[in-house]
Amino acid sequence: MLIINGRRSRRIALVAAALTAASVLAGCGSDDGGGGGGTAADLDAALEEGGTITYWTWTPSAEAQVAAFEDQYPKVEVKLVNAGTGNDHYTKLQNAIKAGSGGPDVAQVEYKALPQFALPGDLVDLSQYGFDEFESDYTPSTWASVQAGEGLYGLPQDSGPMALFYNQQIFDEHKLEVPTTWDEYVEAARTIKKEDPSQCITNDSGDAGFTTSMIWQAGGTPFQADGENVTIDLQDEGTQKWTGVWNQLIEDELVCTIPGWTEEWYKALGDGTIASIGLGAWAPGVFEQSVPDGAGKWRVAPMPTYDGQPATAENGGSTQSVLEQSKNPALAAAFVRWLNHDEGVEPFLESGGFPATVADLQDPAFVDKKSDYFGGQQVNQVLTEAATQVVEGWQYLPYQLYADTIYGDTVGKSYQTHTALEDGLAAWQEALVKYGDEQGFSVN
Amino acid sequence: MTRSERIRETRGGGRPPAPGRRWSRSDTKGWIFVGPFLAVFALTFLSPIAYAAYLSLFRAQAFFGTTQFVGLDNYVDVFTDDKFWDGSLRVLLFFVVQVPIMLGLALVAALAIDSARLYGTSFFRLFIFLPYAVPGVVAVLMWGFMYGTNFGLAADLNDLFGTSIAPLSSNWMLASIANIVTWEFVGYNMLIFYSALRTVPGEIYEAAALDGAGAMRTVLSIKIPALRGAILIATIFSIIGTFQLFNEPNILRTLEPNVITTYYTPNLYAYNLSFGGQQYNYSATVAIVMGLLTAVIAYAVQLRGSREAMK
Amino acid sequence: MTRRVGTSPLAPRRSPLLTALMALFLVYTLVPLAWLILSATKTQADLFSSPGLWVGDEFAFFSNVRDTLTYRDGIFLRWLANTLLYVVVGAGGATLLATAAGYGLAKYRFPGRRAVFAVIIGAVAVPGTALAVPTFLMFSNMGLTNTVWAIIIPSLISPFGLYLMWVYAADAVPDELLEAARIDGAGEIRIFFTVALRLLAPGIVTVLLFAVVSTWNNYFLPLIMLSEPKLYPLTVGLTQWSAQASGANAQPVYNLVVTGSLLTIAPLVIAFLLLQRFWQSGLSAGSVKQ
Repeated sequence: MLIINGRRSRRIALVAAALTAASVLAGCGSDDGGGGGGTAADLDAALEEGGTITYWTWTPSAEAQVAAFEDQYPKVEVKLVNAGTGNDHYTKLQNAIKAGSGGPDVAQVEYKALPQFALPGDLVDLSQYGFDEFESDYTPSTWASVQAGEGLYGLPQDSGPMALFYNQQIFDEHKLEVPTTWDEYVEAARTIKKEDPSQCITNDSGDAGFTTSMIWQAGGTPFQADGENVTIDLQDEGTQKWTGVWNQLIEDELVCTIPGWTEEWYKALGDGTIASIGLGAWAPGVFEQSVPDGAGKWRVAPMPTYDGQPATAENGGSTQSVLEQSKNPALAAAFVRWLNHDEGVEPFLESGGFPATVADLQDPAFVDKKSDYFGGQQVNQVLTEAATQVVEGWQYLPYQLYADTIYGDTVGKSYQTHTALEDGLAAWQEALVKYGDEQGFSVN
Repeated sequence: MTRSERIRETRGGGRPPAPGRRWSRSDTKGWIFVGPFLAVFALTFLSPIAYAAYLSLFRAQAFFGTTQFVGLDNYVDVFTDDKFWDGSLRVLLFFVVQVPIMLGLALVAALAIDSARLYGTSFFRLFIFLPYAVPGVVAVLMWGFMYGTNFGLAADLNDLFGTSIAPLSSNWMLASIANIVTWEFVGYNMLIFYSALRTVPGEIYEAAALDGAGAMRTVLSIKIPALRGAILIATIFSIIGTFQLFNEPNILRTLEPNVITTYYTPNLYAYNLSFGGQQYNYSATVAIVMGLLTAVIAYAVQLRGSREAMK
Repeated sequence: MTRRVGTSPLAPRRSPLLTALMALFLVYTLVPLAWLILSATKTQADLFSSPGLWVGDEFAFFSNVRDTLTYRDGIFLRWLANTLLYVVVGAGGATLLATAAGYGLAKYRFPGRRAVFAVIIGAVAVPGTALAVPTFLMFSNMGLTNTVWAIIIPSLISPFGLYLMWVYAADAVPDELLEAARIDGAGEIRIFFTVALRLLAPGIVTVLLFAVVSTWNNYFLPLIMLSEPKLYPLTVGLTQWSAQASGANAQPVYNLVVTGSLLTIAPLVIAFLLLQRFWQSGLSAGSVKQ
């Protein structure tokens, strides 16, 4: 578990600092939390017996899901807490883990963050409850995302196979076809910039999540982790394929540098400044709700590729995990099973989520639904198709959250100076290797 | 010696009283009053610092749970850490440029409001102070809009003057942050100066008038000297505030993560070491070193200020 | 004994030039606030499509206020109540502690007195954000995290308030008066409450004002210490609304963030206006002393 057992170390601090610290302080095994053995039958028993669990999430569908769950299992009370979005959430989770208490029983964890919490032993391995057998119920890419090392640390809630969202009006204006390859995409970018400098093919001000997804789509596997052995290679073939295309966009200033998820960005999506954007399959909900001015203008197409063969990557997506701290891990695991495998999926879909479950991705009612916002297009046909085309073999770093944090210090510089991304990626790699070594990984 | 000068002399600045004046006899009873403050202070300030000092002697590996005693190695690392110095020099520059401007503006505002020459004095006093009441989070949100080069005020101004200044670009970012901080804290410092001015007894002004002093002379020989203590303490707290610069860059980082690095200021660096990289030990070391540097500079300023006051 | 009423007694001739210069300064302080007020009258769609310093198509101020107060089961009001609690107990306590300590330091000479200030300045110089983790772990061991005490206890300390009171008490409370009270047989604590407190009133109001504002704006500590939104103060709550604009589950509510920000500032402005009166009279009273 994590560094220092708080209570102990404080007491020691009062006595003497140099007291054979290493041996004493390291004591905080992962076996003093909950966890322990259990079977699928235990979960049903736990549901019957009832109890109270706490669930930290920021997903908007949680409220309806928890209400439905409590209806079904009146003896169970789920305390729903929105402890923050993204990093705020992880900060609090990390603090609670380090303090040894105060954390939730069940927490939302994005796929990219899962190894960071799973590998130090902060999460309960759910394979002990027989969750392994659900493998065929989920898309391969999301199933791979909830594994870390030898364990299974969650059930996928949503998935984010990437697709190209584009503004049909702008493409019509410039008499452009929707690009199917990245070369065509760069051409389109040049045309748009030349004919109307106030517009741009897409916005990218340097975003770690986008970069990793793009490398993923190009077939790169820059991060490989096996226990404490980590390999980082941000010059691999896939990465180079991506930089080969993207350098042109950055160096010739063909993309807008509007940072994502800001007020300016929402404006720019609505008013025709941004012509297209690659996002995960969860994006239609964001458009419909928050880009009202874009209604009727936007469409969805498969991601452009390098060779014309369909390929895409995951972008975003979360799972729910059980914390080792939980006093009632069986009940918590039962809740996760209900949430992402059983009845909980339905309220999730109703709130506009994009599922990770194969059955729902193949359900005609879902696939063939027409979207008014997207001009009557059956967007889910494109998106569910993409879910089957995710390139295999991707792994996040066991310290991806840290990697994302320092992305701006390194790769961000290339965006700043409009220079080749390779330099920035090399700096990123150097920093990540150094950090990994300091943290006790053996990094190549 | 004119009367006003004599009175100024006896007032000394706003420093803690020098020894040699009359004291109450029941000395140790002072702890009754200081004790509660110190007790809470020890709990909320001193013990975390002691804990951090303790942490700074170790090195831990977040993922494998090993911790080892490394003595002062972390301190050696901090002193040779380019990122640390990059941030430190940045806040030093900030201090040298922004603090004088902010305090100068606050001083001018306080003198103007105190001068009784303004129409609507209380109106000015309220509205210049008002930005201080705006939570930093909200302030950055507002200025984030003003700085926008696509839709914001900066876009309009650039159109108007044919310029292409991007306040959030790397060339301008520090100035933009300085502007936000100035905006937020001018009123705060103005109020400190203003309340110090209000304690100058009216008879000193009358005495000055009898001596035939004009408005400018009154400002220079009475008001500014009377403000010496207030200026000193405002400077010291501005040093601390500057060296701990965190909120503004941290929130602007959500807009421009490429410009504001994780080590843009030492405090931001310590924060990101802790919460981004779980490098709690090193982060604690950075905090302690930064605290020492700040205290040394604050102490030097105080010393200098005291010496000036004695001239 | 001269009594100053509101202004310097010299040359109370008003100057249009000086007023104009100060008005320029005022523009600087007010333009961002004007943006905030105008933005609070717009729908989210108008926020995205209308010029920042002009009105939107639709006047939505009242519906924004209603939505702000009712969003997520009216949690904004809960945050407001929390903030008031933190301010009343935290800033009130901070003022009391700082006043007592400042008075004690100014009026009693006891061993270690001179070290106190050095220790306080030294401790304040260590960045609080970097101490967040040690503080969190300590509070966690004491079972204080995720409780109101995690916010209230640290805000009881106002180093700047202590300093102001120290300086102020040195001049405002004549030693002769304390001696006289002692000769009458009053205890030290009684003297503080009956004699000194009255004389310290103007300083107390200033310290209270600063303490109120800083508690009201307290952001970082609650962010770290609290995980339950129902304990949040307004600042953390608003930031959470603002942060929900990002990621796969994005639900931007900029109109509510803006309106909520305005509603957050409003009580402080009112409090300042009210306090200003006391402050005014307090200061005049203070200037009588010499």
